[in-house]
Amino acid sequence: MMFHRVLGLAAVGCLVAAAAQAQISDDVVKIGVLTDMSSLYADIGGKGSVVAAEMAVKDFGGKVAGKPIEVVSADHLNKPDVGANIARQWIDQDHVDAIVDVPTSSVALAVQDVTKEKDRVFLISGAASSDLTGKSCSPTGVHWTYDTYALAHGTGSALVKQGGDTWFFITADYAFGHALERDTSAVVKAAGGKVLGAVRAPLNTPDFSSFLLQAQASKAKIIGLANAGGDTINSIKQGAEFGIVQGGQRFAGLLVFISDVHSLGLQTAQGLVLTSAFYWDQNDATRAWAKRFMAETNKVPTMVQAGVYGAVTHYLKAIAAAKTDEGKAVVAKMREIPINDFMTHNGKLREDGRVMRDIYLFQVKSPAESKYPYDYYKQLAVIPADQAFRPLSESECPLVKKG
Amino acid sequence: MVESAPVIGADHALTPTLSRKRKRGDERMIPLLHIPPQALFGQLLLGLINGAFYAMLSLGLAVIFGLLNIINFAHGAQYMLGAFCAWFLLNLAGVGYWPSLVIAPIAVALFGIVLERAFLRWIYRLDHLYGLLLTFGLAIIIEGLFRQQYGSSGQPYSIPPELTGVWNLGFMFLPIYRGWVIAASAVVCFGTWFLIERTRLGAYLRAATENPVLVQAFGINVPRMVTLTYGFGVGLAALAGVLAAPIYQVSPLMGSNIIIVVFAVVVIGGMGSILGSIVSGFALGLVEGLTKVFYPEASSTVIFVVMAIVLLLKPAGLFGRAA
Amino acid sequence: MDSLSTTTAAAPRRSLAPSRGHLLALGLVVLALVAPFLLYPVFLMKALCFALFACAFNLLIGYVGLLSFGHAAFMGGAAYVTAHAAKVWGFPPEAAILLGTAAAAVLGTVFGWLAIRRQGIYFAMVTLALAQMLYFYALQAPFTHGEDGIQAVPRGRLFGLVDLGEPSNLAMYYFVLAMFLIGFFIIYRTIHSPFGQVLKAIRENEPRAISLGYKTEQYKLVAFILSATLAGLAGATKALVFQLASLTDVDWTMSGEVVLMTLVGGLGTVLGPVAGAFIVVTMENYLAQFGSWVTIIQGVIFVLCVLTFRRGVVGEIAHLLQRRAGRKES
Repeated sequence: MMFHRVLGLAAVGCLVAAAAQAQISDDVVKIGVLTDMSSLYADIGGKGSVVAAEMAVKDFGGKVAGKPIEVVSADHLNKPDVGANIARQWIDQDHVDAIVDVPTSSVALAVQDVTKEKDRVFLISGAASSDLTGKSCSPTGVHWTYDTYALAHGTGSALVKQGGDTWFFITADYAFGHALERDTSAVVKAAGGKVLGAVRAPLNTPDFSSFLLQAQASKAKIIGLANAGGDTINSIKQGAEFGIVQGGQRFAGLLVFISDVHSLGLQTAQGLVLTSAFYWDQNDATRAWAKRFMAETNKVPTMVQAGVYGAVTHYLKAIAAAKTDEGKAVVAKMREIPINDFMTHNGKLREDGRVMRDIYLFQVKSPAESKYPYDYYKQLAVIPADQAFRPLSESECPLVKKG
Repeated sequence: MVESAPVIGADHALTPTLSRKRKRGDERMIPLLHIPPQALFGQLLLGLINGAFYAMLSLGLAVIFGLLNIINFAHGAQYMLGAFCAWFLLNLAGVGYWPSLVIAPIAVALFGIVLERAFLRWIYRLDHLYGLLLTFGLAIIIEGLFRQQYGSSGQPYSIPPELTGVWNLGFMFLPIYRGWVIAASAVVCFGTWFLIERTRLGAYLRAATENPVLVQAFGINVPRMVTLTYGFGVGLAALAGVLAAPIYQVSPLMGSNIIIVVFAVVVIGGMGSILGSIVSGFALGLVEGLTKVFYPEASSTVIFVVMAIVLLLKPAGLFGRAA
Repeated sequence: MDSLSTTTAAAPRRSLAPSRGHLLALGLVVLALVAPFLLYPVFLMKALCFALFACAFNLLIGYVGLLSFGHAAFMGGAAYVTAHAAKVWGFPPEAAILLGTAAAAVLGTVFGWLAIRRQGIYFAMVTLALAQMLYFYALQAPFTHGEDGIQAVPRGRLFGLVDLGEPSNLAMYYFVLAMFLIGFFIIYRTIHSPFGQVLKAIRENEPRAISLGYKTEQYKLVAFILSATLAGLAGATKALVFQLASLTDVDWTMSGEVVLMTLVGGLGTVLGPVAGAFIVVTMENYLAQFGSWVTIIQGVIFVLCVLTFRRGVVGEIAHLLQRRAGRKES
């Protein structure tokens, strides 16, 4: 038994070493969807991400470079140690070639370390932290869909341009919230707006009324919600109770997904301004894809799930072109090929792992404007990729050569 | 004075406070540092609303603990069930808020009775800790099942039309629904206190707490009383859940977030008295409300800090008898 | 060595011949030594860390009768301090772990000093609330990096000699095993010392112990601090194994998990928590693809254990063995 194990390890070692010539390791391309199935982000990624990955594989024909493609999935329970452990085990024992999705920055950062060490591709769709392409970037890490920088810059600059020039922040009191508030205030000020104040609300506070009164009293035109998930939902819901929107102030959600809007209902969420890389009803291509997705899941796709589909497809294209599934080689190929799918037009994978794509500013419709199920957003602005994402000159990523 | 439309713009909601500011000449200050008495009053009132939830939940815990000697860890899950029950009634059966206010607590109470008959009654002879562990297990199962089914972002439940809008209280605009929550919970808390401390039924209950064997000997069916009491406590949690549904999102996680705070409230108040749990619930809501104004960063920990202080000075809790 | 005898059993003690106990211990150590060649080392290290954590927790509930629902605070607190020391201050692993463990000891002293004022369920609620306070602190404090946690903690070189970070994980595994054995030995010695006997006396009948002249408060406090310290050792080691410290470790569900491990394995048995930790960690590992069913299953196990299986796996086995031995004697 013991010797078998040693032999097995040696065999794996040989395969990895020889992968560059031997093309597809273990004669199968295995894609692991690591996501949150049970906790806060289950509606954003979760089962929908697995479905999206499977759809991508099916559409690709189930085979790449003559070898079958397999999709496995697991729940990281929103715990970084569990996530890192699954990633290690997948790579060491189950020969997984690429890990996809991974919502929650904490887990994604942990998985990034593992995939970097083991030279496997990491296609990030669910996690937000821009550190994934900054301080913690990896030669095999691909940050596909969005990031905190884009959310802050997209929402901040676009709103100031539209006249929302005074801001008050309700900030979740932890690193993520602070970062969002800091980035967005910088953008608001740079665009000529003013930040009138901010209040730091502890994470998972059920009651936001006190903070909302403070925001109301500030008379800021925009109330920036530098929080996520349940906190955002509760602040918007209770904001409606206190008549914030009717009073002429607007909420700007810095991290809001369509599943959140669905959960709030239009009556409550109307007027909310948010940034997203994808909305199902943008054009015929997005509608066609979303329709298929909804047929499988009965849920409207989030940008994270749509991103999983795009990322997997592009990954498979790169394998087909590179004729290998060795991490760095595939990612190099992914950089060469322009990204085009139903939600991306001439996207480009940058050297720090950032996918450059246009993102969009949306406003949530009022119930009267909504004509059919999931008719939730109207588009306010397109934010071109070079304005949305952090320029390389500001990057802290060690992979970026400063000229 | 009731405004019919749910419109309280920023423009007039806090006009008094802002105009005072302007007179003092510091227009750009947000009324955070020098809080005018009116705004403070408004914040206190908001604190009282949270206190109402704490009071109802800790009251239910106290009632259950009083007779069953069990700390009901599933209390948070049952609070969540109450909210979900109202949501089911609305979305599946078209039953509105007002009937739900009665039906949901009864339904959840019946569920609680089933739990008591199926699980809890087997462990009364054991160390109390097993009760805590058993209900903890039940709480995980219930929450897990709901999370499996409904995800975590929660379901919307809107405020009943009769209670939308705001009251102009002079110093603030209070959403009518919040006012209703304070009133309803005050009535429920007082009613429970009256039932237990001032009626014959309550006297039996209290007697059974002290000496179940003797009360049984008087011809009272103590096991049934225990079951019904558990059902009542669970019903209280569910009622709080229905009241909370329009304010918070109806989410599988809503219970586990609040239950630990309620535990701290219970430790502070001491489980000895019904009145204690009510008063400390409301009082801690106020304390938390004040913290949100003066030092919001600490508002999630302030109750635990109070608990530590109370433990140092009065280990049995403010209203508790020595353990 | 009566490592298998449940202290709850009044049946004839020491029915197992001492040689059998020694054999069992020897067998387990040999198994632990070869295990990384048979199973995935990272999985084993995780299980060992949790086993130590559960043993430390069991010291309190199994031998003093105090149910702490806040033990995650010690595990997580130590993990944060160790991770910070190793990553930011560049401490070598042994110093980082020592510092983390010391932090847990300090924390344990404060928490214990407050919590032992109340008994039974109050004690459980107080520890839970105090741990929650630490959780909120960890969430907001800048050095913990909030939800991201402290990532990419270097494992470093043990005493400047052994590289714990080498990819086969073997060096790290034996280091973790050593930590576990040290912790386990301390607990074992404590239980079987006169001090341990007094603790059991307190569990069985506190007023009586007081009347016999023991200052039970002090005994309880010392036991609490010891338990917290060893939980800290587990957390500190875990931080180096996974190279990260995160909110998971201070979350109250972690406190619930350690209760589950101990309960499944057997309260008040020496080996129970170890078995329980392996069972729960294995379950989490292999059921990961079933999503939230994992927590539901955990809940079901909780309920089953409390209702039918209160001795836990090891407790039940020991009980069976004792019954058999008892029959043979009679």
